[in-house]
Amino acid sequence: MIDNKLIELVNITKRYDGNTVIDELNLYIRENEFLTLLGPSGCGKTTTLRIIGGFETPDEGKVLFNGKDITKLPPNERQLNTVFQKYALFTHMTIAENIAFGLKIKKKSREYIKDKIKYALKLVNLDGYENRMPDSLSGGQQQRIAIARAIVNEPKVLLLDEPLGALDLKLRQDMQYELIRLKNELGITFVYVTHDQEEALTMSDTIMVMNQGYIQQIGSPEDIYNEPKNAFVADFIGESNIISSTMVQDKLVNILGADFPCVDTGFGQNTPVDVVIRPEDIDLVAPENGIITGRVTSLIFKGVHYEMEVMANGYEWLVHSTDMASVGSEVGIRVDPFDIQIMNKPESEDEKATAGEL
Amino acid sequence: MKKKNTILLSTPYGLWMLGFTIIPLLMVVGYGLTSRSDGSFTLDNIRLIASPENRRALWLSVRLSLLSTLFCLLIAYPLAMVLRNMKFKSNSLLVMLFIMPMWINSLLRIVAWQNILERKGVLNTLLQFLHLPAVNIINSPAAIVLGMVYDFLPFMILPLYNTLVKIDENVINAAHDLGAGNFHTFTRIIFPLSIPGVISGITMVFVPSLTTFVISDILGGSKVLLIGNVIEQQFQKLANWHSGSGLSLVLMLFVLLSMALVAKYDKGEGSANVW
Amino acid sequence: MVKLKRFGQKLYLALVILFLYAPIFVLVGLSFNSSKSRSKWGGFTTKWYRSMFSNDTILAALRDTLIIALLSALFATLLGTVAAIGINRMKKLPRAMMLGVTNIPMLNAEIVTGISLMLLFLALKLELGFWTVLLSHTSFNVPYVILSVLPKLKQTNRSTYEAALDLGAKPLRAFFAVVLPDIFPGVLSGFLLAFTLSLDDFIITHFTRGNSVSTLSTLIYSETRKGIKPEMYALSTLLFVSVLVLLIFINRAGAKQEKKRLQQNAA
Repeated sequence: MIDNKLIELVNITKRYDGNTVIDELNLYIRENEFLTLLGPSGCGKTTTLRIIGGFETPDEGKVLFNGKDITKLPPNERQLNTVFQKYALFTHMTIAENIAFGLKIKKKSREYIKDKIKYALKLVNLDGYENRMPDSLSGGQQQRIAIARAIVNEPKVLLLDEPLGALDLKLRQDMQYELIRLKNELGITFVYVTHDQEEALTMSDTIMVMNQGYIQQIGSPEDIYNEPKNAFVADFIGESNIISSTMVQDKLVNILGADFPCVDTGFGQNTPVDVVIRPEDIDLVAPENGIITGRVTSLIFKGVHYEMEVMANGYEWLVHSTDMASVGSEVGIRVDPFDIQIMNKPESEDEKATAGEL
Repeated sequence: MKKKNTILLSTPYGLWMLGFTIIPLLMVVGYGLTSRSDGSFTLDNIRLIASPENRRALWLSVRLSLLSTLFCLLIAYPLAMVLRNMKFKSNSLLVMLFIMPMWINSLLRIVAWQNILERKGVLNTLLQFLHLPAVNIINSPAAIVLGMVYDFLPFMILPLYNTLVKIDENVINAAHDLGAGNFHTFTRIIFPLSIPGVISGITMVFVPSLTTFVISDILGGSKVLLIGNVIEQQFQKLANWHSGSGLSLVLMLFVLLSMALVAKYDKGEGSANVW
Repeated sequence: MVKLKRFGQKLYLALVILFLYAPIFVLVGLSFNSSKSRSKWGGFTTKWYRSMFSNDTILAALRDTLIIALLSALFATLLGTVAAIGINRMKKLPRAMMLGVTNIPMLNAEIVTGISLMLLFLALKLELGFWTVLLSHTSFNVPYVILSVLPKLKQTNRSTYEAALDLGAKPLRAFFAVVLPDIFPGVLSGFLLAFTLSLDDFIITHFTRGNSVSTLSTLIYSETRKGIKPEMYALSTLLFVSVLVLLIFINRAGAKQEKKRLQQNAA
């Protein structure tokens, strides 16, 4: 990946009616990157996208594009295009007219426009739909048209605001692959907003997790999943056991009264910490082989694996395993040292939100 | 309830409409096409429209109602855009603001305009106070147009506002995003999307303007006769139902023509539903 | 720049509102004018508000206007709601025909509607008066009720009605228990619209009233030549103020309810 900062947000702050939605946010987006802004609703991710798109002006801070300040530039003069939530197609125009809209504004030749429409429809697998009206298309098809309409303008960056939110599960998964393919074919930068962690993990090069207007963590999907910076990220990305514990010394943590070996160092001695253990990283063994023992309280078959809850040392452990243990049976719990993720405890509520800021 | 029985629930209404809408209209047709003296078929009542004074009245009606419709559109469209941009949390307050005046009897409000526009009326007193030249439009077509615009303006504002406010903000954002400035966004996106409201507003202003006799009566004195006044006089003063009906048929024809013309541009649902 | 634009927009809004309310201010002013001539200000008085209550002509017209508006709105609501339920279940073609007929009185010129009804009543040898006006008003009100109720019926979930039947309710009971509450806002707004239209109607009343009954509209019309009685201004001002107060009250109550709902949702 070329290490070229295409877009940079510098100290962006945005308030609505006195509420701070984004607080001193700093972020850069590299050329050709698939960046996902991930977070619960109201976390500021859509506002961030709209600031990049030019639909909102930040109260403080700057937006740089290729090093140039575009903070005050109106959307129609920016070299990027947006795929909107619920598509925002022009319902009074045919599909071809929708796609041609931006090109006509730029006064491109008739031939050029015709070729572009053809190319774009082929790209989104909807050849021959030129003369249909948007209302006659399914949600998934409208979605593709919205993408086609944006990309014919050859933007440097495509902004996508929860584009798959209105589609059903199966279609959503298909469209994820479609988007990855498109991105590779076009070779442009994608900035993608979603609240769906699975979508983010599947498609992104980089994920930025946001909460309450602050960046919680920026990293690759693997980093975010395996090494969450704080409890919020751990909880938001996938299911996990987050347990209040004590770091006894380097490479040893006391969880619920039992000492577990781990690989982390540098937390000091007898320091209170939060421990994250993914449910699939817990090994259920014979009681005598476990570091701690507990009793299975529930068992659900999930297809690929079993989901179990194990009551051990006063905590309900969530366990995913391909081996099953029947309800009521006694089991031992083991966790490999490198599967235990240690995090500093936030000192206050406020820090909880800012803990991951870079 | 079975489906068939449910459908039968609309029978009383169907009969009612037959008795109180369709048959009465057929009676107008009947009277309009028959002679007063012997009841035989004739087109004489329709031909009455060709007399110089009736033709003048019809022509004036068409011109004034076109003008008032145009003014209503010119005033209401920017207003509806302003209201859209203000983004009211609930539009009940807004609707209230424009419907409230309708709770004062419309005749009385037109009478009040008479008061405002009179030679020594409110407006001229005000103008005199400001050392501006007086305006003398009472008892003239200008006053009638003003009355029409006044009386029917809300019928233009509300359908326009209703269609404009339904346009998704992101559709407008998308137009900007694709490179369109304010001008192109308006001409290519906003205006085309608002056409159902425009159509509905036009019909709701044009038809009552074309057929009024009250506004012209009050603001035109007895000097200006519209086709509505002519018909009203046939019935109330001359009690000539045949000629009155004949002229009504001509009026209905004009209303139908104008609606057909307008409907050609209206692809959507029935325009009355915009209300 | 942006500020200037905002200011311009507000100014424009204010001007249009001034235009719409100017005659109302004049009417209110006239109701306090002690001079009987409307073009002269003779000083402030409230005497018209007092004499209004002893003016039998005005009081009778007010009474008849209200009775006709109330009854015609009630009949129209009943007839229209029942009809809408039937129309809602119709197939495309008969439905389109019914809606077409429904549109006639709404789109037709009022003067033609008035004339046609007058011709009908005279042909039926009915004496023009209270009852013919009531029939006419009901007639032009029904379509508005239907068009208010139909959209609500379309939104109504049919399975709730079927669930009520499934749970053992008789059709009529199921209707009152399940369907009516659902469409009630439409029924109510249809009723209010009908009431308002009837209250303000002049043209159709003018042709169907004969000489035995007067509404406020026809009374005003007959007075336009010889001059409106100042009591009429007083009455209108009173009506306007009471409607204003009522609307503000309803709006407040609505806002409070909305706030409560939002708070409950947040909790």
